[in-house]
Amino acid sequence: MQNLPWIITLAGGAFFTLVLSGLGQDAAFSAHMGIIAAVLGLGAVVLLRQRGPAPAISSDGAESNGYFDAPIRIGSILTVFWGCVGFLVGVVIALQLAWPELNFGPWFNFGRMRPLHTSAVVFAFGGTALMTTSFYVVQRTSRARLINDSLAWFVFWGYQLFIVMAATGYLLGITESREYAEPEWYTDIWLTIVWVAYLILFLGTIIKRKEPHIYVANWFYLAFIVTIALLHVVNNLSMPVSLLGSKSYSLFSGVQDALTQWWYGHNAVGFFLTAGFLGMMYYFMPKQAERPVYSYRLSIIHFWALIFLYIWAGPHHLHYTALPDWAQTLGMVFSVMLWMPSWGGMINGLMTLRGAWDKMRTDPIMRMMVIAVAFYGMSTFEGPVMSIKSVNGLSHYTDWTIGHVHSGALGWVGMISFAAVYFMVPRLWGRTQLYSPRMVNWHFWLATTGIVVYAAVMWVSGVMQGLMWREYDDQGFLVYSFAETVAALHPYYIARAFGGLLYLAGGLVMAFNVWMTIRGRVRDERPIATATVLQPAE
Amino acid sequence: MPTAHYDMLRHFADSWGLLYMMAIFLVVVFFLVRPSAKANAMAAARIPLDDEQPMVREEQK
Repeated sequence: MQNLPWIITLAGGAFFTLVLSGLGQDAAFSAHMGIIAAVLGLGAVVLLRQRGPAPAISSDGAESNGYFDAPIRIGSILTVFWGCVGFLVGVVIALQLAWPELNFGPWFNFGRMRPLHTSAVVFAFGGTALMTTSFYVVQRTSRARLINDSLAWFVFWGYQLFIVMAATGYLLGITESREYAEPEWYTDIWLTIVWVAYLILFLGTIIKRKEPHIYVANWFYLAFIVTIALLHVVNNLSMPVSLLGSKSYSLFSGVQDALTQWWYGHNAVGFFLTAGFLGMMYYFMPKQAERPVYSYRLSIIHFWALIFLYIWAGPHHLHYTALPDWAQTLGMVFSVMLWMPSWGGMINGLMTLRGAWDKMRTDPIMRMMVIAVAFYGMSTFEGPVMSIKSVNGLSHYTDWTIGHVHSGALGWVGMISFAAVYFMVPRLWGRTQLYSPRMVNWHFWLATTGIVVYAAVMWVSGVMQGLMWREYDDQGFLVYSFAETVAALHPYYIARAFGGLLYLAGGLVMAFNVWMTIRGRVRDERPIATATVLQPAE
Repeated sequence: MPTAHYDMLRHFADSWGLLYMMAIFLVVVFFLVRPSAKANAMAAARIPLDDEQPMVREEQK
């Protein structure tokens, strides 16, 4: 019984959390620990019932290429799964904003569903995609197997447990109220343990590499892992009210707390949603285009410039607040400077297609990568513009910000992850091709149309909202009450939900396509036209 | 006293600190764009394209 240590650990964990549940000082903590005990117990039962070397947990020695791909296979499936869950919750909360009757309290109120959505897409979908692709890329570009199979499984399932803990906690009303860092202290500690293990696994694999050079994609992944560790630990420094309770208070107070939070918040965008996914771009785009990146040296400059600049940009989230003026200006200046490395990287990605632009027409996966990089360029242009104080005065707290985030998240993060999944799945299961390249095309158009609808609607509603808020009459009184501005947004909220629905539909098409590819089926369809070769006239 | 610390650190950060960071960045960029780095960069760019060789075959060599 080779899984015995795992079964003992899981069963022990289930028992421990069950005891904590009984000792809990508040109802939410007891309920949360009970849920975790059930999840761990379920894991133990699943392992117990497996006969022989389990496909999911065995140290896959039979792998023909020598790489440890078993967690990557599960990760690809879970990326698709969490994506669809996250998009679904997004559509639900968009509908809740349009029709407040859809708030079913207390568990399914907007206030609890919103962090569920953001964490599901950022940490569950994006995080699983990052972890999965980082395992895939680091092994192949280092020509080395992950250093330890058990450690890889611990990192992988440990992170999934974090996702479940975070998500169930939100619905129970357990929150630190820090945007994108809502999980409470014990969930934070668990993530810290998993993350340190992830760093050891990734760095260890790089150290034992057989390729002398560390490929640039690994630099970006490593920056993502190291920086997230730093950000997560500092931002979550807090004192629990009780070691058996779900509430804690931040070490910082007032404006220091706000700055710490947005130093974290913006670098979560910079190092989680940008650096890691750039690692994906620098590996999968050259692979799919079958040609090296346009300029390797530009990619290294892209890396260092991004690292040096991003870390300072956070204060732009606190314009016109109690934060010292110089700090606000500093945040603004660094945000504007970020435009240069971002566009350098975008051009580098796009120019990888030099001499192969016809792939845009013939290869739907390539098309997805190109639109992803285009959205990277667009949202990294829009961001610096919005960080300028006078623009921010109009845009901040309005839907414009929401639109900006979604053009980056749906356009850049989503599309590059979809492309990576479509690239990896046939290779991981030894299939010659996807079930249906044409369905990739449907996914592309559903998702792109969804993003365009979403972003355009949010621009209009955001600018309108900002202008209504600042409208004075000749007596110096505000013209609109807040409720009036909310009422004016109603049609835009319906349109936004429609855009999200299209994006979700694209995700479901992908789920079907990936599932059928794994089953080894090939759809009977007309092949996508390949480049026409011009014949000389006779 | 805390204000003095604050001022000292703040002035250090926007003078020597800034200079230090800038210098490191410029050294990195210079190191990258020097002519002899070109061949290495060209070779490194091919890493993902040449990884179709399974690892085990690599070991058998």
